[in-house]
Amino acid sequence: MVQTRKVKAFGPDVGTDRRKPIIEIRNVVKAFGAGVRAVDDVSLDIGEGEFFALLGPSGCGKTTLLRMLAGFEVPTSGDIMIAGERMEGVNPNRRPVNMVFQSYAVFPHMNVERNVGYGLRVTGVAEAEIKTRVAEALSLVKLGEFGKRMPNQLSGGQRQRVALARALVKHPKVLLLDEPLSALDAKLREAMQLELVRLQKTVGITFVIVTHDQDEALSMANRIAVMEKGKVRQVAPPADLYEFPNSRFVADFIGKMNLFEGRVSGVQNGNLQIDIKGLDRVAVPFTGSASGNIAIAIRPEKVKLGQTDPGGDNVRLRGRVTELAYYGNESHVYLENQTGMPISVNLKNATRTTLPSISIGDELWMSWAPTDTLVLTE
Amino acid sequence: MEDWRKNKLVFWILYLPPTAWLVLFFTIPLAIVWVYSFGERGPLGQTEIAISFANYIRSMEWTNLYIILKSIWIATVTTAICLLIGFPLAMGIAFASARYRNVLLLLVILPFWTNLLVRTYAWIAILRTNGHVNWFLEWVHGLLAGVFGLLGMPDVLGTFEPLQLLYNQKAVIIGLVYVNLPFVVLPLYATLEKLDKSFLEASLDLGAGQWRTLFSVTAPLAWPGIVTAAMLCFILSLGTYLTPDLLGGPDSVMIGNLIAQQFGPSRDWPFGSALSFLLMYVTFILLWIRAFAARGEKGKLH
Repeated sequence: MVQTRKVKAFGPDVGTDRRKPIIEIRNVVKAFGAGVRAVDDVSLDIGEGEFFALLGPSGCGKTTLLRMLAGFEVPTSGDIMIAGERMEGVNPNRRPVNMVFQSYAVFPHMNVERNVGYGLRVTGVAEAEIKTRVAEALSLVKLGEFGKRMPNQLSGGQRQRVALARALVKHPKVLLLDEPLSALDAKLREAMQLELVRLQKTVGITFVIVTHDQDEALSMANRIAVMEKGKVRQVAPPADLYEFPNSRFVADFIGKMNLFEGRVSGVQNGNLQIDIKGLDRVAVPFTGSASGNIAIAIRPEKVKLGQTDPGGDNVRLRGRVTELAYYGNESHVYLENQTGMPISVNLKNATRTTLPSISIGDELWMSWAPTDTLVLTE
Repeated sequence: MEDWRKNKLVFWILYLPPTAWLVLFFTIPLAIVWVYSFGERGPLGQTEIAISFANYIRSMEWTNLYIILKSIWIATVTTAICLLIGFPLAMGIAFASARYRNVLLLLVILPFWTNLLVRTYAWIAILRTNGHVNWFLEWVHGLLAGVFGLLGMPDVLGTFEPLQLLYNQKAVIIGLVYVNLPFVVLPLYATLEKLDKSFLEASLDLGAGQWRTLFSVTAPLAWPGIVTAAMLCFILSLGTYLTPDLLGGPDSVMIGNLIAQQFGPSRDWPFGSALSFLLMYVTFILLWIRAFAARGEKGKLH
């Protein structure tokens, strides 16, 4: 049996890292044209040796922020410090960062060795040193045999490794990765996720990755900043982000979430009393302050289904099955309560020989522990 | 529905007219010229059909060969200057914001809206002894002479001697660069515009400066476009007639003028035909080299 550990104490989210910051972003704004703010007053510290993810839907400003770190975009206002130095007026070729591009941008007219050695050659490193460092970098990404190949003789995954080796061979203080896995197929993507984590541990360099894929961010990063409309909504380690989202947006964006709008009716024994249409009064442990309209949220996999009323202090409601979806490892059950409110429940298909015997139209009890209920004020 | 390419009637209706047109007005005249090139000039300047290589041998005589080599030289210099001017221009347009790109392109092709003859005459007005350039230089000279006069050195500059800018090889090259620049800018623009900008960003990111990026990344990736542009400019310049005729002098007779002379005053059509075909062979060889290079590029780039 695997031991469980506490994800996080209840309380306001802080999302800080005690490591020495290598990147300090202070009130950075990037405006394109009049009134369009791609990045809107973002402040972030990224610690040395972190695997940090910028996560958000397309158009949220995460790539613009990354490009400002690389120097391809200039902030309209605000400051960016990398390794303690202000980056204002510092050109991309003078910054202690290197980037892995979404398209990889592996030079098609150079073989793998020339590609990887390019960054050393243009800065005047001696040929003998280039040779050893290129060999090192290629073996790091497991492309030791491929030095003489041209990029068009490589698969997408291999080209990406070339792009990685080409950036890492420069020994940057920070490696920037712009949607590095989006062009790979699902199987390869999962393998590369583990590979990137291994690489980051091996070289010990700070990685900053931009992604719209929450699975990618959750599985690789040690901290994640969720962005929306140019603003950072929450910064937290993956498990905290998943289990303690600070807003409806984050809750809904990361994973699936059942959201119920309701009103606070009072506090009793440290429990927040919330009235929700279609449910009984719900009592949820909550230490913050909340009043008026709020939402409670419950993850689909934390809801239990049963034929009978489970009783106790569980939050519970009855509903009718409207939809069933089988995913192999899981089955998703979609229900509706009397008021037509949709709720989804995920069930693990934990054994091979049995499936939950549920069919469309069944009336079932849904229940979950009060401590699994989230209170969202924003 | 049936594929229209498989319908015989549609096929013939669509393909017959252009094919007939090309055969009638291109292939047959070309064949006649080809046959003429092996012919002989009769005593009265008429063309007599024969099988003789005399015309080709005559074109290799020094006076004629000299004109051919000079034409190649002028075309080469023109191409080099066009690339030097055209590449930065094409880059500027390709990397300009999308809003201005079409306007800039329009400016490049704007000269085509005026007849070539008119534009070439305009160059005469600019370059001739009492043209715009000399007028401007004389004005500057007068201004400077006045300044020196005030300083008490009235005769330092001497009298103004207008520059001989027209009716020489330089004037021909200036004219050819002007005429052919759009043909260089357009293919270069097409290549540079398609170029994935992240290659250039990657180069900068890896520590290369702008110049290094230009020579190590941009130019090699734009190579097919550069070759196309150079070929186009070279072929057009090599066979040109009007520009050297109007702007050139005795030192800048080109093949085009020599050919024109054979069909005109000299009344030696067979020799003119042989020269025309010589020009065509050079063009074919260049196109073949281009196709050969393109096949190599394809293997390398994609």
